Amino acid sequence: MSVIKVQGLSKSFGALKAVDQLSFEVEAGQVYGFLGQNGSGKSTTIRMLLSLIHPTQGHIEIFGQSLSDNRSAILEQIGAVIERPDLYPYLTAQEHLTLFAKLRKQKITAAKIEATLAQVGLLSRANDKVQTYSLGMKQRLGIGIALLHDPQLIILDEPTNGLDPQGIADIRQLIKSLSKDQGKTVLVSSHLLSEIEQIASHILIIHQGKKMAEGPKSSLLDPNKTIVQIKTLDDQDAKQKLIASVYQSNLLERTEGLYLTIPKLEIPALNAFIVSSNIDLVSLEAKNSLEDYFLQLTSTF
Amino acid sequence: MWPIIQIELFKIYKRPRTYIAFGAIAALILVIQMGLKIDGEAYAAFLMKDINDTLTVDGKVLNGYLICYILLQLLLVHVPLLVALIAADMLSGEANLGTLRLLFTTPYSRTQWVLAKFVAASIYTILLLIWLAFLALFMSMWIFGTDDLFLMKSNYVVLIQEQDVFWRYLGAFVFASFSLLTVAALGFLMSSLANNSIGPIVATISAIVFFTILSTLNIPLFNVVKPYLFTTHMNNWKEFFDIQVNDSNDAITGSILNVAKIKNSIIILTIHIGLFVGASVWIMKKKDILS
Repeated sequence: MSVIKVQGLSKSFGALKAVDQLSFEVEAGQVYGFLGQNGSGKSTTIRMLLSLIHPTQGHIEIFGQSLSDNRSAILEQIGAVIERPDLYPYLTAQEHLTLFAKLRKQKITAAKIEATLAQVGLLSRANDKVQTYSLGMKQRLGIGIALLHDPQLIILDEPTNGLDPQGIADIRQLIKSLSKDQGKTVLVSSHLLSEIEQIASHILIIHQGKKMAEGPKSSLLDPNKTIVQIKTLDDQDAKQKLIASVYQSNLLERTEGLYLTIPKLEIPALNAFIVSSNIDLVSLEAKNSLEDYFLQLTSTF
Repeated sequence: MWPIIQIELFKIYKRPRTYIAFGAIAALILVIQMGLKIDGEAYAAFLMKDINDTLTVDGKVLNGYLICYILLQLLLVHVPLLVALIAADMLSGEANLGTLRLLFTTPYSRTQWVLAKFVAASIYTILLLIWLAFLALFMSMWIFGTDDLFLMKSNYVVLIQEQDVFWRYLGAFVFASFSLLTVAALGFLMSSLANNSIGPIVATISAIVFFTILSTLNIPLFNVVKPYLFTTHMNNWKEFFDIQVNDSNDAITGSILNVAKIKNSIIILTIHIGLFVGASVWIMKKKDILS
């Protein structure tokens, strides 16, 4: 069952198209990684999912219901941290959680508030004002607010921002546990691609508001779809020779550089073809980490 | 909607800025009361110097009721600025902090949030007015005692008997609450248009100053719009202290000279409150939350 179903979502700010015909689905129980460079449209998309920004075009369904028609019921089941952990500096963590507990239909007990404070490691600082917190502590309190009402869908925009290595590891563990042990669906965006690589089961990559790639992490890192970067002394000549060969369909369209996607086992044959075709090869590099894949997709168009 | 009103009131209660207005009012009133207590007789003599030859006044002119009237004349011009400090920050302050997105991703609608915030700002305004009434009226009555209220208007004097004064102050404070709620609503509207704290506060104060000047100027072009400007009506609490007289020119106890003027002012102010709040709701519903 799709927890989130986005179809043809677009958002324009004047002449700028921040999100352009974006479609994707998030299934129940998935940890769905949302990747994109700064300004790629990630946060705009997340804000549209939370009804903070009105879409110019397109349709959002969450829990099988239209967001525009069932906003209140849908948001009851969502917990979110959006970009920076902005909170009230003059309130304590305890007061924050107590206030946000009031906003939910189900009764949230004092014990649950205390458990949430413990879960995000703020129990000892619960009665200190937020203005005395570090960025990491604020981030953890933001996550605490998002988890307080036990939501089915958790949306985390850059949740590890400002956290120290231990904090990052804790959040990583928490996200895995939410999905694996509690069956929650988590949509998480991060600029730390290695983080997404470690926690996400599915990944969506967007660039300039458009979807670049989507699918299970295993398929994006599929050894049968290894990206190979070829550097030569004369790229134009090399490209013509590749177009005229059996590798034509493996060529990726890029404005700069030569890239092919081929099964890892066929790389030696490609190498042999390059040599036999008198292409002046400088280097041939296989890219198979998510970061490489992400950078290939987003930085060379 | 009660839970979110409670939350908004709690936030106002916890903000240090909230107490600036209460402190400022207390400081101003206490300083003026102290000055008048020490040197009040000289002040009263100065006020009466033009009519001392034609009128003999028995009793205590400088009593708690007159002190309260003087204080209200001074302060009800400035209290709107203090109201703007909170009301004009209710939405834009949250946008500036980034907490607006926390609120707007809860199951409550934007309309509910905006209305809850206005209700909270209104309660704050009323509390400020009650604080003003306590200090200006009750403290003055306690410090200076009570007697008949003797007021000098521009070309006549009004003498209201002691037992006929107190209810007029109650009426004046109720009227003042409409004036201040109009300011709160205007601040709210400005707040819905911005994402920073200072801009709407300055804009609200500027708007009050601008429209007050238009209301005061006696230029035919402005006279057309004057009856519809909220600033024309904000100071009409003074109408409670103009009294009807009989054929013998004796004051009629319990009367108000121009009740229709008070009613009209309340209607105009209420319409302004409705328009300002309605516009705020509309703007916030349409707004993309980017902060």
